[in-house]
Amino acid sequence: MLAHSVFFYFFSIIAIFSSLMVITSRSTINSVFFLILDFISVGCLFIMVGAEFLGMIILIVYVGAVAVLFLFVVMMLNVAEQKQSWFIGKKSTHIPIGLIVSVLILLELLVVVGGWKYKNDLMSSSTLNLSDISNTHQLGLVMYTDYILYFQLAGVILLLSMIGAILLTFRQRKGVKKQSYLNQISRNPSSSIELKDVESYKGVKIDD
Amino acid sequence: MIEIGLGHYLSLGAIIFFLGVIGIFLNRKNVIVILMSIELILLSVNINLISFSIFSGDIVGQIFTMLILTVAAAEAAIGLAIIVIYYRNRGSIRVEDIHGMKG
Repeated sequence: MLAHSVFFYFFSIIAIFSSLMVITSRSTINSVFFLILDFISVGCLFIMVGAEFLGMIILIVYVGAVAVLFLFVVMMLNVAEQKQSWFIGKKSTHIPIGLIVSVLILLELLVVVGGWKYKNDLMSSSTLNLSDISNTHQLGLVMYTDYILYFQLAGVILLLSMIGAILLTFRQRKGVKKQSYLNQISRNPSSSIELKDVESYKGVKIDD
Repeated sequence: MIEIGLGHYLSLGAIIFFLGVIGIFLNRKNVIVILMSIELILLSVNINLISFSIFSGDIVGQIFTMLILTVAAAEAAIGLAIIVIYYRNRGSIRVEDIHGMKG
């Protein structure tokens, strides 16, 4: 139990620190790296608390796909010269409003702590894993039977996002040679093969 | 403090949510950091769902976590595609340069 709490504090302090560094670091590439660190530490928390499958999925999907996507976009766009600190420049009105909203949301943490103090029998009812099957097995038993519709809708969402991203970034450039399938399959031997008589020691000039 | 319960995980989720909202509002740099703040907010929602799912012994929360993860990946792809075409058209993705709708 002591090891559990030690690892919890370790990973959660790393997660909070790295999410603080995501929003405050000066260059965007450092933000992306701290985002990766945040995902890794939260994934370790998930594995530690007993949701192993989702911890591994977070490592694969977030660190392997989403963060690398962010890295590619940061690499392709020229954001290195756009560093700017927060409060320099012209006055803007959204910062105090944003601070008020953020502090209100942080005050809602008091609700969490209050419920934790006065209603902690909810926490003690940890009747986890009554059956002896693994987490992945449990997830599969529920996901492919009761929630098959939502599972397939998630697949449709991924398909739509793929089509949308390709359509948004697709453009036709001028002067790029492309393969034309229609021209390739509509030519016949009479239009594409030319027979020539070759005289001895003369050769054939093809290019003219 | 030694016994790790539901409250610890909920507090962690609330703090990460708060940091994500602050990151959206206080950002003066580029739009990519705003997208990363949205990812932080979705991650804190995942922490909440998984901790409730574990501590109350119900597996459905983890299924909703998978659906949220799908939506987060789709949102990141679409948002980054929009950022790429905006940069291609305008040449800048700073937050204060994006005022085409006078907002």
